Amino acid sequence: MKDLSLHILDIVQNSIRAKAKLIRIEITERPGEDQLIITITDDGSGMSPEQLKQAIDPFYTSRTTRKVGLGLSLLKQNAEMTNGSFHIESDPGVGTKVKAVFGMNHLDRPIMGDLTGTLLLLICSPEEIDYVFKHQTPMGEFELDTRTVRQTLENVPITHPDVRSFLKEMLRGNLEQIQISE
Amino acid sequence: MNKIKSLADLKKLQSDVQSKIKLREKGDHSENLVQIKVSMATCGIASGAKETMTYFIEELDHQGIDAVITQTGCMGYCYAEPTIELTMPGQPPVVYGFVTKAKALEIIEKHIKLNEMVDGIIPVTYNSIEN
Repeated sequence: MKDLSLHILDIVQNSIRAKAKLIRIEITERPGEDQLIITITDDGSGMSPEQLKQAIDPFYTSRTTRKVGLGLSLLKQNAEMTNGSFHIESDPGVGTKVKAVFGMNHLDRPIMGDLTGTLLLLICSPEEIDYVFKHQTPMGEFELDTRTVRQTLENVPITHPDVRSFLKEMLRGNLEQIQISE
Repeated sequence: MNKIKSLADLKKLQSDVQSKIKLREKGDHSENLVQIKVSMATCGIASGAKETMTYFIEELDHQGIDAVITQTGCMGYCYAEPTIELTMPGQPPVVYGFVTKAKALEIIEKHIKLNEMVDGIIPVTYNSIEN
């Protein structure tokens, strides 16, 4: 993956496949401690302890269309390459939590990339999945809950082009203000 | 500098869009619309499926073509990512491989607008997958 926003898009696909209805994406930047933390939590089907053990094995996948499953392994590798860490926990019927800690100033840390684009693709989708996005940095905090957005929109679909361009500007404006990492 | 948008601004937009939306309600049954599924698994994302999908959404909106664009899982053609499955109303689905922005534009201009297939179809007996 070229950047962290693509990793997020990729890991969230796992949650979508696990039939999650609410997915939390949290990004915390702690320059003081040289940490950039990405946490993705879902309320999907979860994994059994056996599956969980295999989840980070690049030669394991629950798909039938191919024999490799690189999403989690690539994220783990990228995080560990920057003196960071990777953690995954899961309970069947409860959901899964993936946490990747990156060395924020490490030379090998991928850039954040187009986070707005990733969030837009996820949020403005016809599938009825809700997202809570939270970004914390020393510059401030931004939180977006699509349940509130849907409530405000009433019967206007979240996929409507005008809504999409509104959310694009809203995300971009807010992220520009607080994001420090490139 | 523009003011940062808030949820209060969204409420304003909601009432504006609400009045416009009634006009197009009847055509919104998805089987009457162009449907595009973009393969968005690790293989697709690593090959640029995000740009392809964003391009389809923005270009079709720009041209005023109503379409349902969704994400789907890996179709098994990892070598040919980004791949899309295009379903024109009343026709069987067609899978295209190596869909870059340029290819996406060609698909819009020829297949979607003129109903002429273009190069790049993955020619196999294909069943739509359940994500």
